[in-house]
Amino acid sequence: MKRIYVREEWCLGCHLCEYNCAFANSGLSDMALALKGKPIYPRIHIEGKDRITYAVSCRHCEHPICVDCCIAGALSREDGVIRIDQNKCVGCLTCMLACPYGALAPNENGVMQKCELCLRNSCGEPACVKGCPNGAIVYEERGEAV
Amino acid sequence: MKRYVIIGNGVAAAACIEGIRSRDTEGEITVVSEEKRDVYCRPLISYYLEGKTDAERMLYRGADFYQHMGCRVLFGRRAVRLLKEEHEAELDDGTVLPYDALCLATGSSPFVPPMEGLDTVPRRFSFMTLDDAVVLDKAVAEGTRVLIIGAGLIGLKCAEGLAGRDADITVCDLADRVLSSIMDTECAAMMQRHLEKKGIRFLLSDSVTRFDGGTAVMKSGASVSFDVLVLAVGVRPNTSLLKEIGGDVGRGIRTDRHMETSVPGIYAAGDCVEAEDVSSGQTKVMAILPNAVMQGRTAGSCMAGGDDVFDRGIPMNSIGFFGLHAMTAGAYEGDLYEEKTEDSLKRLFTKDGLLKGFILIGREERAGIYTSLIRERTPLASIDFELMKKTATTAAFSADAREKKFGGVV
Repeated sequence: MKRIYVREEWCLGCHLCEYNCAFANSGLSDMALALKGKPIYPRIHIEGKDRITYAVSCRHCEHPICVDCCIAGALSREDGVIRIDQNKCVGCLTCMLACPYGALAPNENGVMQKCELCLRNSCGEPACVKGCPNGAIVYEERGEAV
Repeated sequence: MKRYVIIGNGVAAAACIEGIRSRDTEGEITVVSEEKRDVYCRPLISYYLEGKTDAERMLYRGADFYQHMGCRVLFGRRAVRLLKEEHEAELDDGTVLPYDALCLATGSSPFVPPMEGLDTVPRRFSFMTLDDAVVLDKAVAEGTRVLIIGAGLIGLKCAEGLAGRDADITVCDLADRVLSSIMDTECAAMMQRHLEKKGIRFLLSDSVTRFDGGTAVMKSGASVSFDVLVLAVGVRPNTSLLKEIGGDVGRGIRTDRHMETSVPGIYAAGDCVEAEDVSSGQTKVMAILPNAVMQGRTAGSCMAGGDDVFDRGIPMNSIGFFGLHAMTAGAYEGDLYEEKTEDSLKRLFTKDGLLKGFILIGREERAGIYTSLIRERTPLASIDFELMKKTATTAAFSADAREKKFGGVV
């Protein structure tokens, strides 16, 4: 399965991936209208220290602990993709307490959201990857059990 | 064809079904469900009161779950005894279910301490099941005076669930603080202040001496008048089926790491079992949904011939009240690192070079990184703990460790 991977050595820490993610998931067609002057709630974020930066989003784990921990049955694994049913989520944040990668955060309404590889929005392919100016985020198969 | 029987129909049972089916798509699975409901998310009953969810959305799995998993569910039935030599379970209607492997996913029941005059209270409720929530929902309206006995997770979530309808809510507890099982005094006080701002009243270090209809006479001498009483004192694991056949039972059912009990062929999972807390090394009942799911799946897989283990259990809770979230995990022992402001708090406990536990209030960002340090017993010497303690970040791991986390399939 293709997943999103980041190449630390290429990441500039420019945060564009965060904006592209928030825009792709906004449901709007105008970026300025979607993002300008508002706090953004992307499903990918930049972390780092010293001179290292990198983008973190859901790892789509083979044995996702967030799914085991979800008290609302809102998280599930479908064809390898970890999905969230926001209609079922009650915003208890137990998945945030469980995810070892720090890859989940709530949206502006306190409902959980996470990277679903842009498979369900109009982007159709990960917007963070497409928009990364330095090719630091890639969408590819790696180390899959054969 | 192997015959599987699961006693109970909560999330541990659902995970057990999935565990069995991960290895055996043919075997015959029978689920004995006392509640006449498909498996639902029990921790959401307070959100049901609040109107944030409903019975349909509370279903843990899709409506076709049992059909999809190819299992039979006997609703409204209860197992009354196990016959270990015969490998049979007997139900309350006389049905006998033979099994090759059986899983006890019997959960826990509300514990009601003897209280004088309790039977004089006309409107008293427990708060454990969706049926409890449905009747309580109808019993409480604007202005209804509600007395909740128990300021633990269940009692306080019940209080929050009812507060929106402008009910008049008082919570009492024998303990000197709220959430006494997961919080120290100062953290509990912070949560209490927040709840009090929302109009909930507390009577702590106090207990009911006697009920007289709609009045509770407290040990302190106070007298509380109420319309509705909710008993949320605590729960007890349902262990009797195994105990009666001589199985090993402590506070909860004892199992090995494959979730098999001392009686061959009988497994157990969820709130009815006790397990090792890897943060403290102690064996205890850790009645939380994540452990129930992991144990259930482990049991199911092993019942079908697998050799999975459950060996990374820790207590952990994420609990919010009126927008203020508290997260706790592990054991509060060792050296303390603390950051606090007026309305947020972080406490990390370290011992023997490991993170043992934490309490976070209003500081939930990426908390799972801390949880994983406890669960994985990550040596703090292998990470930049000076950075980590200030901010939960994977940047505190070595480049190699980070490559493992982010560079491939995990």
